[in-house]
Formats: sequence, structure tokens, C-alpha cells
Amino acid sequence: MNAQTETSEARAEKLEGIGCKRKRVEDVRFTQGKGNYVDDLNLPNMLYGDFVRSPYAHARIKSIDTSKATAVPGVVAVLTAEELKGVNLAWMPTLAGDKQMVLADGKVLFQNQEVAFVVATDRYAAADGVELVEVDYEDLPVNVDPLKAMDADAAIVREDRTDTGDGAHGPRKHPNHIFSWEAGEKAAADAAFDKAEVTVKEFIQYPRCHPCPLETCQCVASFDKITGDLTLWGTFQAPHVIRTVGSLISTIPEHKIHVIAPDIGGGFGNKVGAYPGYICAIVASIVTGQPVKWTEDRIENLSTTAFARDFHMETELACTKDGRITGLRVYTIADHGAFDACANASKWPAGLFSIVSGSYDIPAAYCLVDGVYTNKAPGGVAYRCSFRVTEAAYAIERAMDIMAQKLGMDPAEFRMKNLIKREQFPYTSAFGWEYDSGDYQTALKKAMDSVDYKKLREEQKAKQEAFKRGETRELMGIGVAFFTEIVGAGPSRACDILGIAMFDSAEIRIHPTGTGICRLGTKSQGQGHETTYAQIIATELGLAADGITVEEGNTDTAPYGLGTYGSRSTPVSGAATAMACRKIKAKAQMIAAYMLEVHDDDLEWDVDRFRVKGNPERFKTMTELAWAAYHEVPAGMEPGLEAVNYYDPPNFTFPFGAYICVADIDVDTGETKIRRFYALDDCGTRINPMIIEGQVHGGLTEAFGIAMGQELYYDEGGNITTASLMDYFLPTAVETPKWETDWTTTPSPHHPIGAKGVGESPNVGGVPAFSNAVNDAFAFLGSTHIQMPHDSWRTWEAAERLGLHT
Amino acid sequence: MAKTQISLTLNGKQIEALVEPRTLLIHFLRDELKITGPHIGCDTTHCGACTVDLDGKSVKSCTVFAVQADGAEVLTIEGMAQADGTLHPLQQAFREHHGLQCGFCTPGMITRAYRLLKENSNPTEDEIRMGISGNLCRCTGYQNIVKAIQAAAAEMAGGQVKEAAE
Repeated sequence: MNAQTETSEARAEKLEGIGCKRKRVEDVRFTQGKGNYVDDLNLPNMLYGDFVRSPYAHARIKSIDTSKATAVPGVVAVLTAEELKGVNLAWMPTLAGDKQMVLADGKVLFQNQEVAFVVATDRYAAADGVELVEVDYEDLPVNVDPLKAMDADAAIVREDRTDTGDGAHGPRKHPNHIFSWEAGEKAAADAAFDKAEVTVKEFIQYPRCHPCPLETCQCVASFDKITGDLTLWGTFQAPHVIRTVGSLISTIPEHKIHVIAPDIGGGFGNKVGAYPGYICAIVASIVTGQPVKWTEDRIENLSTTAFARDFHMETELACTKDGRITGLRVYTIADHGAFDACANASKWPAGLFSIVSGSYDIPAAYCLVDGVYTNKAPGGVAYRCSFRVTEAAYAIERAMDIMAQKLGMDPAEFRMKNLIKREQFPYTSAFGWEYDSGDYQTALKKAMDSVDYKKLREEQKAKQEAFKRGETRELMGIGVAFFTEIVGAGPSRACDILGIAMFDSAEIRIHPTGTGICRLGTKSQGQGHETTYAQIIATELGLAADGITVEEGNTDTAPYGLGTYGSRSTPVSGAATAMACRKIKAKAQMIAAYMLEVHDDDLEWDVDRFRVKGNPERFKTMTELAWAAYHEVPAGMEPGLEAVNYYDPPNFTFPFGAYICVADIDVDTGETKIRRFYALDDCGTRINPMIIEGQVHGGLTEAFGIAMGQELYYDEGGNITTASLMDYFLPTAVETPKWETDWTTTPSPHHPIGAKGVGESPNVGGVPAFSNAVNDAFAFLGSTHIQMPHDSWRTWEAAERLGLHT
Repeated sequence: MAKTQISLTLNGKQIEALVEPRTLLIHFLRDELKITGPHIGCDTTHCGACTVDLDGKSVKSCTVFAVQADGAEVLTIEGMAQADGTLHPLQQAFREHHGLQCGFCTPGMITRAYRLLKENSNPTEDEIRMGISGNLCRCTGYQNIVKAIQAAAAEMAGGQVKEAAE
């Protein structure tokens, strides 16, 4: 069949556009060891930097002696805060409106804090130098418990903040207090609780954990003294933000800074912020005139760059006796560590936590978050979730189970009764968010039918009876979670980072032969952008995805964008891609009309071509039009075929899903086996089902790690005890359960192709599903809440508390 | 520091080099020989990103000194494809079954799977999961890695690489 006679369907299939399980472009290099990661970069005369770190959580620095270190063969320079003060970089601003020490200035505020930076000709010499820097410390009382951080006698973390003057987000009530942030209507929520027939209140902790991508944070800085140009290669989820911040805090103008994020070995939020390592590598390159590489090791990664969560949430629900929710209140203490270095949109110190009313029609709701300083590492990043959304989802989904338990209702039935109904969308929550679209009941029903929920409950009941009779020592838990995310930050009226609106961009250039290149302001860290953006273009422009190069991560060539995190690539840059395509298509239509000698309006689009309405034999394919754009455009039209779009989304998108987890727990060992995990996701239009499934598998595995074993634990002296992979739980293939995935499709009405984003949903929905399963196993014995992580020890302890070991 | 002369076969090629006795094999490969397929993901021999094949065994090259590879035969991901560029069935299967995302664990994972299939050409799913449990992946949740290794095993046994199940 030739191009004229092939059916529309056959032509569409060849494009490998939206909906196609297209194999990934990236994999060709990755499977051959030809990825291009930061540490693969070797520049001539490159030096290596390594940190001297504090063994103390809180101590005054009495002296630093670098003389022995500088005498080590190969050591070129040692930087301390004193050297950095010379270039005004001993401190740097954070994205959250605070400031952070680059190298310890006068005292150290958390264990493993950066104290000095040793630069040497190779990794080994740098490590030798680190060993020989002598630092004299005087230890100070530590503040590690966020719940006591605002006590009168709490050790004050920040000497630059000893007063209680206003912070970046308003009044402060204690030197260790960072901000208070509230949302919803307190009076309405209080009234709902005053009138409530049934209430529950539970203190729900989401422990401090870490994104822990397999590749740690790293960079290579190269400053050219002749031209004044700084080139910075790094593991940056948001390369343009790094360039702008770099320019704002240094004397290097922005056009002289070239930020390049090559292939990134996973990010999950860890690689959004700016870290002391980047600043020190840059300064060291300026000082030495040579390129400087800095790579974290795993302990440094887990203990210093970008922890996540650490939310302590007192959660209350009010309800009628027959199970209708009437009110929600949440009071949260947020531990931000020694510096407020959360990677949130700047106006949102607690992120989008007010999505905490979840998927339910709750008439009155209020939340208050107090952020506090402690002697722990700074951070508070959105680890595979939109800002603080997983914390919110965890709080509401646990509270739903606890209320169902009190009401004597089935948790799924209780959810079904309170889910926002399809006809209520667009739905405005009590916190003011406008949920774009959803069909929640259908999703939950499909999930329940798929696992035969009723039968599972019957089995559980029988097991409970057998347990009571002493016939088994195993309990069965069924975890139900229904989550709604808020992603795609974001609309400029709501979101900015340091004043830069959180739009994103796509620039598409179609070449004369009908292939092209698309450059974007986002940055893939494994999500497969090179594959999926090309699919959007294939469908929008009728050009084969294989003919589209997708390029990200070079701030000299990519249009400005805010990067990839918070599931924003598809909602924002995916939209920009479609809109840029539509500009190109509009121009192509004019060229087609000119060539076919008809009016624009007489043409219609057919997969890969414009054809004359009523006369489909007369057409011009997009490939023909691309050629024409470079040699026979109508008089007065600019030649060429390219467009750029900066997309400011009108709203967030609200992906959702229904997850069900079945767990079997040995009460004598605390060991929990995940028997089954079913995940139904609705991310709107599905661009590449293969990649979506992969994202869900990966997100669920991370959720499994978080719920079942991860915690960055600090002892009473502020020592971090879980900072290596010996102690910090990363699931292997052996523990990881098998995942069942499913979907419904409810497009976003405001997104050009109806897509909502999916990468973070499984983390947001997975954690409560696992935790609810473990808690559900013990609920019939009167237990309301067991804190995460549900490792064997804690689960055994819970059984012990319930008297099950007598 | 005094250096030691070593010679080894790397991906079928003879290599002679002078190394410090304390130099780790992974640093020797990556920094000296520019063999950047194997990666560094931890400092405690847990993650397996640095896995290479040393004299017919999978080793984590972050826990082996370069001098220990003296006289050895070393295979990395770079040596996996045939001389004419034909990819190893594992390399093809990982792409076919979406067994990778960020790609950082992939060279170590494929190199480990290569040895696993030499040790057991027809492993069960549980044997595969146990066999790769020294290699961490943060992206995929392993399910598609297992599927890819099964498919490669079938392909190498003369069967066809099966289509991924829904």
C-alpha cells in the first residue's frame, strides 16, 4: 500500500504516537553502558573535591588547621568558610527563603555537615587530605526531637535566628520556629467538630526518609578565566533554576553560566536543590583555574542532601453516625532540620499539604503546619510526590481507616460513601482547590471487583476467628487506599520559585525532510522523556516519533523551564509540547492551503496530512509541508517551521487511584508478607502505557520501602544511625512484591491532550495502602494506629503491646 | 605512592598498567581506562552498580583492588555485544521488556544477569530474584527486569523472546 491508499489507522500506528507502547529511545545507549552520567565526565587537568564533615550534631568550631592537609602530595587547595567569605559565599540562599551555610561558619548544626573542602589531583589524594584537616570542636546541647523544638529549654539551632522576628513566611514564636502556615476555615471546622456525632483523633507520623537515587548528587565545575564563562555539569532536575540561582548569588552574569544536566541516574526529588558541593566545586574551579569534580558517596547522600517527609500530623475527623464525614482538622509539626531548604514553590512553606482532604467530599476543613529547626540535615524535598502530597495522602487515608473502625464500617464502604461524585467535578474542596476531573466510584468499584474484595474480607474474618481459637499465629490485613494527587506545578497565580513563575516550555523545530528536534525546560531522570515527548509530537503533527530528537538539560539550547519534579513534566511541558505543535500545524495548514489552492477552512486534518474536505485524494502530508516551509511559503509568510511555547497551566492536574494491598503477618516474628498488591491509576490520557506501568512498578517499590522499612533515624545525641545501605532499607528483588496494575481514563479537561502525570501516584497511594494493610491486620484487636515504618521489629512490638505474645 | 604493574584481559583486550595498590578496580576501570559502563552507587558493596565479571564470577568492583585483577579476565557491559555490534540477548531483552529506567543500575544488572544465566540457564522467577538480589534498582521495581532475564534465557535456549504480558 502506498501513502495515498493506506488507511488512517495504519498510518497512525506507524507514527508511534500517543497510546503506543513505544520502546524507549534511551535504552539503546543505557543497555550498552554508553549512558553519559556526570561521573563519566573526565576533563583535562580535572581536580577532585571531597568534604571534611562534622562528627558532631551541634558544636562550636574553635579552630580549623589545614596545614597538614595542604602538605599532602596532590592536594591543591583547602577551602573553609573563611575562604568562602572572601567571595561572599560562606552562606547561600535556599529555595524556601532561608539561608544555609555552604561550609560551617562558627559552628556545625548537624552531623556530617560540610566543614572544609579539599581539592586534589585525584580522589585518593583528596581523601588523604580530608583525613588530615584538624578541626577542634566544642560540643553543644542538641535539639533532635521536633515535638520539643519549641520548648522553652530547647537548644537553639540557629545563632542568626535567636530572636523571634518574622521569617520568610511571617511571624515566628520561638527561635527554633520557622513558620506557621494554615489553610481552610478554622471556625467552620471547629463548628463541625462541636456538632459531630462521632470523632477520631490520631497522631500520625511520617518518618524522615530519603529519595536515595542510585546515582548520588555530583557535579563538575569548569571556570574559564579568559572568557569568564562557567560551565557546570551536574545532576540537576532543574538546570535553569541552578543557572539563575548561580547567577544571583555570584558575580557571574547569567549568560556566562552554562548548566548542563547529562543523563541522571534517578532523582526522585533529591536533585532539585542547590547543595554546598556545587558551590564549593565552582569556587574551587575559580580559585585553581582547573575543572573540579565533586561526587557524593552514599553516606554523604543519605545524611546531608535532601531528606524527605518528617511530618508529625495530629489528624482529626468528624462524622455522622451513619458515616458521612462532616469535618477535618490536621495540626502538623514539620521537622526541617538546621536550615529551611525545602524544595517547595516559594509561597508554600508546607507545599500543597492542603490536599489533605483527599478524595472526599468534606464540607469543613482546616490545617495548620508549624515548621521547626532541629540539629538534623536540611531538606524536606518532595520525594517522588508533589510538594507534601504524600504526607497529606497518608494522613487522610489512615484517618479514614481509623474512623471506619470506630463506626464499625468497612473501610472501602466508608470511602465509597464519602468519595467526591463524578457529577461534582470540577469540584472545589474546603481548602479551595479545584479538582479538574474524576470518576472515583468507578475506580474504587473496579479495584474491589478485581481483587474480589468481599471474598478477601470473608477470608480475613475466618482467619481472625482461627487466630482467636489459637489455630494460627498469622493475621491477615487488607489495605485500601484511595488517593488524589495535585501535580503539575503550576499556575503562575499560585506558584513560583524565587519569583520565577512555574511555567514550562517546549521549542520544536521541524527540519525540511520532516524530522525534527524538540527542546524542553524539563529534565528526565529515567522517566523516558526522549521517548514520550516525541509521541506527543507524532500524534499532534503526524510525523513519526522515530524522527523526533528530544533534548533536555542544556541551558544554552533549551528554552527556560523549571525542571522535572512534582509530576510536572507531562502536565506542563507535555502541554507546552502540544501547544507548540499546534502553532506549527496552523502554519502548515496555511502552506497546505496555498499549495492546494483552497481556503484554510476548506482543509481538514487526517492523521499525518491536511486534505481537502470532501476530496480526500487532494492532500499534503506533513512531510511535504515541512519541505515546502523551506522553499515555497506563501508571499509574506516567514519561511521555516518551528515554534516555541511557554505554558502557564490554568490549573493543577489531579491524578487519582485506588490501591488494595493484602498482607499476611506473623505475630511472633513481626514479619509481613505482601501477598497481593493491586494498583489502579487514572492519569488521564495515557501517552505510553509501557512507561506508565514501569513508573507504577517503581513508585510502588519505593512506597514499599518507605512504608515497610525506611527511616533516617537520629539518636538522642543527633547521630544519624541509618546513613548507609547497611542500615537504610532499599528493597531488593527478593523482598519486592509482584505488582498488578490497572487503569481507568478520565482526561484532564484543561490539559491540551488530557494528560495528568503518573510518576508519583504510586508513591502517594502506595504508602497508605501498605500501612493500612498492616494496621488493618491488628484493628480487630482494638489497635487504631501503628507508626511507620512497619519493619518486623515495630510490628512485633505492636503485637507485644496488644498482648499477643503471652 | 609506589605503583604496581598489572596486566589483565579486559573485554577480550590485553591491558598493561601501573596502579597504586590501594586503587579500587572500579576507579581503575572508570578513571584510568575510561570504562564508564559500571557505575558507583554506594560505598558498602550493597548496590551492585559496579558489578563486573572477573574470571567467571560476578564481583562488585568497588570491593576489589585493581591489583587483585592482575592476570584476570574481566568482562564489563562494554564487552557484552558481539564484535559486529549485535547486542547480547540480555541487552535486547532489557529494552524489549522495559527492564530499565534511569539506566544507572543497568550495566551492573545485565552483567550480573549474564553470569546468572551462565550458572543457571533456565532459572525460575525466584532463582532470578535471588540471583540479582545483590543489585539494587530504584526505578523499575524489578518486575520487568525479571521478565527481561526470563526472555533472554528463553532466547538463548533457542526460543523466541516472548511479547510482554499485559
